[in-house]
Amino acid sequence: MNSQLRWKFIFIAAVILLCIYGLIGVPTFPTSWGQVEQNLADRIKLGLDLKGGSHLVLQVQVDEAIGQRCDQAVDQITKQLHEKNISVGEIRRVDDTHILVRNVDPNTSGAFRDLINNQFTDWTLAPAAGEQNGYVIAMKPSIVADIRRDTMDQALETITRRINALGLTEPTIAFTGRGENEILVELPGEGDPTRAKSVIQAGGQLELKRVADEQTFPSESAAQASHGGILPPGSEIVVGKSESTQAGQSPQPVYYILDRAPIITGQDLRGAVPAPSSNSPGQYEVRFQLSTAAAARFGPFTEANIGHRMAIVLDHRVYTAPVINGRIEDSGIIEGNFSQESAQDLSLVLRAGALPASIKYLEERTVGPSLGADSIREGVRASIGSIIVVMIFLVIYYRLSGVNAVVALALNLLILLAFMAYAGAVLTLPGIAGVILTIGMGVDSNVLVFERIREELRSGKAPASAVAVGFDRAFLTIIDTHVTTIVSAVFLFLFGTGPVRGFAVTLVIGLLSNVFTSIYVSRAIFDWHLSRMDRQAQLSI
Amino acid sequence: MEFFRNVNVDWMGKAKYFVALSLILLAVGWISILRYGGLRYGIDFRGGTLVYVRFSGPAPVNQIRKGLQDAGLANSSIQTISDNVLNGNSQNDVVIGIEKKGEGDEALDASKQTILDVLHKTFGAANTAGKLDFNSISPSSLAAYLTQKDPLSLSTNAGDRYNQLAQRLTDARDKQHGGIVTNFDDLKNVDGAAPSVVAALKDGFALDNFTIRDVEVVGPKVGAQLRRQAILATLYALAGMLLYIAFRFEWVYGAAAVIAVFHDVLITLGFFSIFHFEISLTVIAALLTLVGYSMNDTIVIFDRVREDLRLMRREPFAQVVNKAINQTLSRTILTSGLTFLTVLVLFLMGGEVLRAFSFAMVVGVVVGTYSSFGIAAPIVVLWNKYRGQGTAARVGSAADKRVTAAARR
Repeated sequence: MNSQLRWKFIFIAAVILLCIYGLIGVPTFPTSWGQVEQNLADRIKLGLDLKGGSHLVLQVQVDEAIGQRCDQAVDQITKQLHEKNISVGEIRRVDDTHILVRNVDPNTSGAFRDLINNQFTDWTLAPAAGEQNGYVIAMKPSIVADIRRDTMDQALETITRRINALGLTEPTIAFTGRGENEILVELPGEGDPTRAKSVIQAGGQLELKRVADEQTFPSESAAQASHGGILPPGSEIVVGKSESTQAGQSPQPVYYILDRAPIITGQDLRGAVPAPSSNSPGQYEVRFQLSTAAAARFGPFTEANIGHRMAIVLDHRVYTAPVINGRIEDSGIIEGNFSQESAQDLSLVLRAGALPASIKYLEERTVGPSLGADSIREGVRASIGSIIVVMIFLVIYYRLSGVNAVVALALNLLILLAFMAYAGAVLTLPGIAGVILTIGMGVDSNVLVFERIREELRSGKAPASAVAVGFDRAFLTIIDTHVTTIVSAVFLFLFGTGPVRGFAVTLVIGLLSNVFTSIYVSRAIFDWHLSRMDRQAQLSI
Repeated sequence: MEFFRNVNVDWMGKAKYFVALSLILLAVGWISILRYGGLRYGIDFRGGTLVYVRFSGPAPVNQIRKGLQDAGLANSSIQTISDNVLNGNSQNDVVIGIEKKGEGDEALDASKQTILDVLHKTFGAANTAGKLDFNSISPSSLAAYLTQKDPLSLSTNAGDRYNQLAQRLTDARDKQHGGIVTNFDDLKNVDGAAPSVVAALKDGFALDNFTIRDVEVVGPKVGAQLRRQAILATLYALAGMLLYIAFRFEWVYGAAAVIAVFHDVLITLGFFSIFHFEISLTVIAALLTLVGYSMNDTIVIFDRVREDLRLMRREPFAQVVNKAINQTLSRTILTSGLTFLTVLVLFLMGGEVLRAFSFAMVVGVVVGTYSSFGIAAPIVVLWNKYRGQGTAARVGSAADKRVTAAARR
């Protein structure tokens, strides 16, 4: 063997060792067969379609957060106008990013413009079309983009915290899609995502508010009417969590009039835990603890309001409105006929924090674990079976050279799998499609070379030169077919979504390794064989 | 061993028959598509709810239908599927599908819940007895139950050991019993499942005679978006290939290859309609595979044409193409035959998840191979004829063209 050939084989051996090590040598070096299997299962990550589990795509209603910011601005502007004695006819939110102000008093319009331009720098002021003394205040696009980004980041963080608290194994939570408001949640092994879904979706916005009117009302209009159609300033009507007080009776809605500004919000919480209810046995309640700063506010407030009621509002519904019996420093209880699980989930949601905007589910796929097991077993069995048939055929058809092709094919698969393990790529069903195309093209490369060598032999060339010419001629074709397919795979990766991308990734890796095995490795084996062979002998092809 | 040697077929002389055959295939497929009112898209692209259920015996379709009707889901489709083509009489699996056009995502979610409720109400042993269903429990919940019950009275590492035991129990359920255990005693031979464990299971669980295999809920907007993106990605990929081939050969070769690939996809879609398969995201992957495969086949022939053109400058162009196809015929038959074999095995034995996928491949490999000599090559020949060049056309790099021009002079 000449030295150039020796180096080739050393290089090939190094690649093989590296691949085998990548597949079964990590994370702990195997000492038993069981460990080898364990490592292999760890390294080849299977997609949900093969392993079973839940795949959820949800959409964050980002516009809500923008609308909220707009509402806040309306409140602030109204307050400032009032303080500065600037009179306007009307001020209201038009859509998520625009506020309309009408009939600004011409005498104070200069002060109005100064106020908006100096104090509300996130907004731009422009005269309203077709309105005298009317203005449109618009949120700056950069601010809108900021809110969008912040909302998405916060939603992702909150959802991550909630799912981690549920204690599911290896969840994936990531941004997805092109709409810039979608989040992907993958829960491997989870056959029933109902609970995870409701925990993710829970708003989790806790507010403690002073009850402005000790009465409760059966409807919103009754509440309005009791105050002559005009609510006390700074108050609002909030619906209660409807529950039947007596068995068999259909639940009646209850309406409360509460202070608009909360005393305590979810951000003031230091912790929340479920506990068996002290009043109604068999049921659960959620106990929460306040931060020290919030306790410093809460203590004086409760002391000043002994005998009054305070509402515990969760996601804009009053859960309970207990009477304050004494000074409360830093703790509270949410009662509401919870089961153990729902009390657990609520405290988890409260601890993890509120979502910045509500969410909607766009897509849910749950592959049961038994289906996943079936598809792996059947898919793998069928693939291995057909690969073996192909290999046997190659050996019969091309004899010793066929063995060469079998080595190249096996090495191709090994490199493909090892590369996926190193890159942390996930093997999915479409990925298997990529593997099949890879094998197809791998077989094709070998066949192309061998047919070419046969042609050259037929035209009377000696084995060594037939092999050399055969490889050279087939090389161009192999490069053309592979580059074309890789070009298309790159486009698929750039423009495709999940499954299409999985296909593209395995295909690119597979084709690159195929060029290496079917040209470099296969050629090296031929050269080695030729170097040991008698010059006059026939090539076994 | 060798199948072909010195084949001498006038392929281009038969081009009109190939074109006729293609037109017939296209027409048959697309008449079928039109008859069914368009392609049958899977839930991925259409939006809707699908629930795959496996029963321990033949699926009680009529009972399911009645239960769903009572729950107000009369428009649902119920279809039995078999998990193996070779074993067509197993009727234990059903797919329940609901399509909600123009309704919100919440409606879809609600309909999924309704289907599950109906199934539990009609066939569930578990809920009525106040017990959980063992056939739908996840390993983590099972581990939590076992840790709480502690049937083995473990003191150290109880959590870890029950986690492993729960995993083994659910593995036995999913891998040995196809997802449905019908008798707790079947679990006795699971490693670590002492009689006290089985007793604890009997105590806390019931056995429903069905299990949910797969649930898919896709909002209609998402469906349309996925469809658009898949088509766009494919078109970009085709454009990329066209550019590369145009760069390596000549633009007409690129155009011919892309037309051939288009032809393959259209015919395969026709077959999908004839055999009532649905187009899902997985099928898109199969179509992409077939695009790659057919393209590969075409380029091999074109490559040979390019090479032969340098040797046979005076021969009619069609002759050169014939020779190239004949020369590569052995390779074509071999590669296609082996690939066909692979996907046929996958189709017959690969299980229900791979069914539509491997069907696309089985059709695609045949059509893709045929289109290389039946469609792509004749287009290039026709183009050369149209340009009025009976003899070898120029192809390849600019340097080659100069040589060709010099030779002609």
